[in-house]
Amino acid sequence: MKIEIFRESGFVSYERELKDITLLKFLEEIKTKEDNSLAFSSGCRSSVCGSCAVRVNGKEVLACSYKVKDGDKVEPLKNCEVLRDLAVNMDKAYSFNAKAKAWMQEHTSTQGITQDDEKRNEIQSDCILCSSCYSACPVYSVNESFLGPFALTRSWKYVTDKRQDEEYEKIEAVQNSGIWDCTLCNECTVVCPQGISSKADIEKLRAKSAAHGFMDPNFGSFGGGFGGFGGGFDGSPVF
Amino acid sequence: MITDVLIVGAGGAGLMAAIAAKEEGANVLVLTKEYPTRSQTCMAQGGMNAALGNVSEDSVEAHIQNTLKSAHGLADESAVRFMCEEAPKAVEWLDSIGVCFSRTPDAKVAQRKLGGASASRACYAQDYTGLKILHTLYDRCNALEIEMLAEKFLLELVQDDAGTVCGVRVLDIRSGEQEEYYAKSVVLATGGYSRIFGKNSTNSKASSGDGIAVAKKAGAKLLDMEFVQFHPTGLKSSSILISESARGEGGYLLNSKGERFTNELAPRDEVSRAIDAEIKKGEEIFLDIRHLGEEFIEENLPQERKLAKLYENVDPVHELMPIRPVAHYTMGGIEVDSSSKTNLEGLYACGECANHKVHGANRLGGNSLLEIIVFGRQAGTNAAKYGQKRSSFKVNEQSSRVYEFTSSQEHNYDFYALQDEIADLLYEKVGIVRTKSELLEAQQRVLEIKSLLNEMGVRDASQTYNTNLVEFLEFQNKLAVCEVVLESALSRDVSVGAHYIV
Repeated sequence: MKIEIFRESGFVSYERELKDITLLKFLEEIKTKEDNSLAFSSGCRSSVCGSCAVRVNGKEVLACSYKVKDGDKVEPLKNCEVLRDLAVNMDKAYSFNAKAKAWMQEHTSTQGITQDDEKRNEIQSDCILCSSCYSACPVYSVNESFLGPFALTRSWKYVTDKRQDEEYEKIEAVQNSGIWDCTLCNECTVVCPQGISSKADIEKLRAKSAAHGFMDPNFGSFGGGFGGFGGGFDGSPVF
Repeated sequence: MITDVLIVGAGGAGLMAAIAAKEEGANVLVLTKEYPTRSQTCMAQGGMNAALGNVSEDSVEAHIQNTLKSAHGLADESAVRFMCEEAPKAVEWLDSIGVCFSRTPDAKVAQRKLGGASASRACYAQDYTGLKILHTLYDRCNALEIEMLAEKFLLELVQDDAGTVCGVRVLDIRSGEQEEYYAKSVVLATGGYSRIFGKNSTNSKASSGDGIAVAKKAGAKLLDMEFVQFHPTGLKSSSILISESARGEGGYLLNSKGERFTNELAPRDEVSRAIDAEIKKGEEIFLDIRHLGEEFIEENLPQERKLAKLYENVDPVHELMPIRPVAHYTMGGIEVDSSSKTNLEGLYACGECANHKVHGANRLGGNSLLEIIVFGRQAGTNAAKYGQKRSSFKVNEQSSRVYEFTSSQEHNYDFYALQDEIADLLYEKVGIVRTKSELLEAQQRVLEIKSLLNEMGVRDASQTYNTNLVEFLEFQNKLAVCEVVLESALSRDVSVGAHYIV
């Protein structure tokens, strides 16, 4: 099996007699047996630590859960500084979690949380911060300060949490370079290894924002913007 | 850079310590060789013990007794008592900061039964308990504006003239430069050493015992290093963990004849030995959850299904999962007292790198997530208090030299190959069932490999982001830990818990 890996010098071909293995195994084989200088990140190798996201043939995958195919082209994530080969700097991406104020505002009462309440944000709390969505997001080409899909999903996790009494500050935190900058292209949803739809979460944050009197700055004078009051989650304008 | 409390490691224990120290009023800095949220904690699935009695009758006393029994007399009862008494408050606190614990139909935190427990005691968040606790702690750190720096690899502890720990020297992986960070107190929360068993371990590749090796070099005492817990159900070919909750929810262990051969919910050391004995008879061992049904599996064990499909090509709804016991948790670690302090002034430790004497010879399932919260908090609080009493300190300038990497230009040996060799050697000879002669054989080989260190080294010449160098440093740490594991194992002639010697 032959694959190409994008390194500092451009695409480099590697061939190994291996089949039915994960990309991570393939990379480890090359690293330990052929070229010790290959750089990539990995950790748990069971798709829960979020370390090993890369792009294969242009699409974000976790190297530990992707089975390699002949001819695959492997590249580092987009929208992040490449440190070396497939290893990227996540600091900026991670910093958006704090900018979005994605945390529980106050220590709150936990009495009476039902199974239905638990389900409200169960999927959002499955996020492993692998940054696949961040890499796939086209908004960064026009706005480098965009809070981005995972941070906004994280915000929604706390906004919708039954234990969260005070939500205004959180909603306020996602207005600038936040929910209204999203183009609702859905690329984030497509690549998420955990089946999370940040696009849907962003739409729900928009509806919540409207309820708090915030408006889409781009469509402010028309009163609402996309996915607003009616809670239409298909991306079509709702006036 | 000078701070009050410096924490090395950003897993559950490290982040909990950071939060506690910050709440105590200290300035806190967290360093990690990875990124926060990527640590071993995220892999914990089963749950976190607390005698809430939400599902079945339970008591703190029962939790204590179960823990002591599993520890085979090697735990400290007062430490266990403290941990178990704190447990309900720890769960309540995690719940208050947003951990999405699963709930019962009557709106309480749901609990399930794990091996060795007399009641349904493990609180869980679907089967992502560790992940959700870890990420929520990370969010809390952000709320408290705690600074966390990624990709800093611990090289050594910095001590002042009096020998008191006052900082660390790290390798900045990105620049390749060495850096020193000073603090009034240091907390090590660097994780365990299961990866000395290499591919025969459920753990992340990062579990290389760095903090333990570094602390030992500085004079810290290590305790009970021979105790390594083998998890009964790693997937056979990949060692990926299938959570104990699979058995807790009613899964069976079967041999090739399709017969059950052990009590699936006995403590982990017993179940692992039962499986090992069957394997030695030539049997293949399987975990069977088919009878639980697809709907139940999807609701309660979705991650196990996903992992089995991906890494073993079996769908547990319809097929048996081939398994074997693999190294999962290391009970041994840096010895700490009842305030989480090590024998070195200024140095605290918590999490899997520490030994709080609560697991003894065999950890009870569901107690590791509990431990990192209870003792992570204790370590952080006490490190902050210690710092408040320490007004100023002077770093011995002479001691602040550059750490010299042991790396040879000669490449007569490949450390990656030797690392794999040690992994299999340990699994064979320092594993579930041990003999004195095999321990000696393993020791001899480990020492031999150590003596070859000057004939191997880093082939990648890059100054920046040299992961070959980082892996060589991890290899050396693992080797140092192996030595202690073998010494400890050889000094204990009698079988107890996870150390089973015939």
